Amino acid sequence: MPTEIVVESHPLDPLFRADRLPHIWCPGCGLGPVMACYAEAILDSGIPQDNHVVVSGIGCTARIPGYVNIDSYHTTHGRSIPFASAMAVCNSNLEVSVISGDGDMFAIGGNHLLHAARRNVDINVICVNNFNYGMTGGQAGPTTPGGARTSTSPYGCYEAPFNVPWVVASLGAVFVARWTALHVRQLKNAISHAMEKKGFTFIEVLAPCPIGFGRPNDLGEGLDEMRLYLEECVVDPDVDLARANIDLRQKEPIVLGNFVDIERPPFTTVPEAFRE
Amino acid sequence: MTSLRGERVLTGRHFMNGDTACAEGALAAGLVFFAGYPITPSTEIAERLARRLPEVSGHYMQMEDELASMCAILGASWTGVRSMTATSGPGFSLMMENIGLGMITETPCVVINIQRGGPSTGLPTLTAQADVMQVKWGSHGDYEPIAYAPSTCQEAFDFTIKAFNAADRYRIPAFVMADEAVGHMTERVVIPEASEIPYVGRKRPVPGEQKLLYETDDSLIPAMPFAGEGYRMHVTGLTHDERGYPDTTPEPHERLVRRMSEKIQRHADDIIEVEEWQLEDADIAVVAFGSTARTARRAVSNAREEGIKAGLLRLITIWPFASKHIKALDGRVRAFVMAEVNLGQMVTQVERFTSKPVLRANHAGGKMMPTEPIYDAILEASRAN
Amino acid sequence: MAILGLRRPLDLDKFPIPRGQVYTIPSRCKGCNFCIEFCPEDVLVESTNLNAKGYHYPVVAEGKEDACVNCGFCRLICPEFSIYTEEIKAQEVSP
Repeated sequence: MPTEIVVESHPLDPLFRADRLPHIWCPGCGLGPVMACYAEAILDSGIPQDNHVVVSGIGCTARIPGYVNIDSYHTTHGRSIPFASAMAVCNSNLEVSVISGDGDMFAIGGNHLLHAARRNVDINVICVNNFNYGMTGGQAGPTTPGGARTSTSPYGCYEAPFNVPWVVASLGAVFVARWTALHVRQLKNAISHAMEKKGFTFIEVLAPCPIGFGRPNDLGEGLDEMRLYLEECVVDPDVDLARANIDLRQKEPIVLGNFVDIERPPFTTVPEAFRE
Repeated sequence: MTSLRGERVLTGRHFMNGDTACAEGALAAGLVFFAGYPITPSTEIAERLARRLPEVSGHYMQMEDELASMCAILGASWTGVRSMTATSGPGFSLMMENIGLGMITETPCVVINIQRGGPSTGLPTLTAQADVMQVKWGSHGDYEPIAYAPSTCQEAFDFTIKAFNAADRYRIPAFVMADEAVGHMTERVVIPEASEIPYVGRKRPVPGEQKLLYETDDSLIPAMPFAGEGYRMHVTGLTHDERGYPDTTPEPHERLVRRMSEKIQRHADDIIEVEEWQLEDADIAVVAFGSTARTARRAVSNAREEGIKAGLLRLITIWPFASKHIKALDGRVRAFVMAEVNLGQMVTQVERFTSKPVLRANHAGGKMMPTEPIYDAILEASRAN
Repeated sequence: MAILGLRRPLDLDKFPIPRGQVYTIPSRCKGCNFCIEFCPEDVLVESTNLNAKGYHYPVVAEGKEDACVNCGFCRLICPEFSIYTEEIKAQEVSP
């Protein structure tokens, strides 16, 4: 084999609005791999690209739909889930995915997440957790670990974070997983599985945010945080989710895996008496 | 199973309340998706649609709050269906954020506000007309809503249909600003044959022809693709260019916001509707809308009996505002009387377009505007020089 | 007791290790080093040159020209879609 061959385009380019690349994310940001995994999952899904729809709120993660070349809806902060739920209800031919960040989904959007999961609406939710509000410059959020430094927690965060998979599993979501921007194969497979599954599926993806979270917390650059995932992450799908907390600054294992994979009747607006 | 299927259009003569008439008007207009949250005095709309929508293979979703309700109807609209929510003041305030999203994304949908006394929790069961400025200014930024004010249960039916047609035609959230007096009164409503229900649909792109999905012709109305049709469009609440891509710089922002504003203003003459009663020779023009127009009509007729040449300009659309009608009357009448169940909101619009005296008949809410304050104002106006 | 590694399956030749060709788009690279760090075969190193944005993009390391096994990890992990591989089919290999 010769050395590398320099080319002008990438096989995934048809999945992207190539005229908008390069994207706005920082060097070392984990969002690029997440978007690549989502795009690969669309390619492998067997569902036509025209039937895929992605909805997001506000934030760095929520910029993903702007780059993916499918019908994409960039809505308001925290409100992607009800928007997406209605689309899934009105047109069952659409494969509806929601991709948004930890603050968007668990702070301002928390109520909507609770109810969509409870209802078991047929949407695929991917929540990228970088432990802060990245787009606005790195403020503390609902998944910021206690004691962590951010621009609004200069003395260390006062609050305990959400244990994301535990919360979502408790709501009855039919598929709950956590992977990272490093574990791209498992992440891509989890997204593919979520697309096949009927009902509310949820994948948390840990991703480096070197500017907003990494540097203030001595986690280094994006590569350093990826190395940390390599060292500290343990795949343990049977873990007791009550113990799935994360604090990136402690040297304790971070559990990953497809934690929940169950069946439950998906949400419908057709009363039983009306079903033929 | 088939016995549970219902008719969309309940042709015939009915005795129904205003809320129910709104719901039936929506169904007659082709409503497919309703998302809402219970709130007095609009709850009957949700209850009626919870029962009726499955009968016509539609979708009723009860959301966790009004924020979700407004978002859900936007999402539903992008799949191509007619969608609606209904609320009152406190819920309307919650919807403001995503009304803005509907405006900047130019998403057709209908929002019904059965107004009640405010601010805040206020008078949950009693009427007011105090949200009429909120519908225009309640969300941040510049935008031009289309809003109808029914005075009767028949109009609750008819104007809901108008709102759907305006929403689709102009690609905008459209509003039915009823008040609780109309919402909760029970009157005759005549529902025509389905073939007689007016229908104006969305402008649609021609496949293969249009590349820039927010490019418009002189109408300033962009064609609307639906999700899943292959246009792979990007819809965003950020300021965007003609491709729909975010472009958060001054020039595209100026272009976009002005076009959306001009889109309505350019068609204002088609949108604005009023009713003129006894205005041909009037000295005093009484301006009113909603349930207040009913008692204003009585006040005008009482004044006429006393020899005062009063007339009524009833606003059917409260937004866009009927400024041309006010300006025309400014040339002929001695004074205006603006009657509304609030402390003086729409009157500021009347005052803008006339130099004649504008007297007010107001109260803060809780009952239909009585005839006496309106009559007294007419009397005062007739005595002034 | 069997010693691991000395048992050679009879049909091992039916399962050749794939070989891959690396393709790059240096202008897109932002120098995050994910591909270089996480390639299981250590095929890549930073170039000595810089791209227009000032980043050292990945190149195949000296002596590693035949090391790529087309695992596809770099394609999935690259945040900028600036690297991927394709399998070199057996018949394309020059004798």
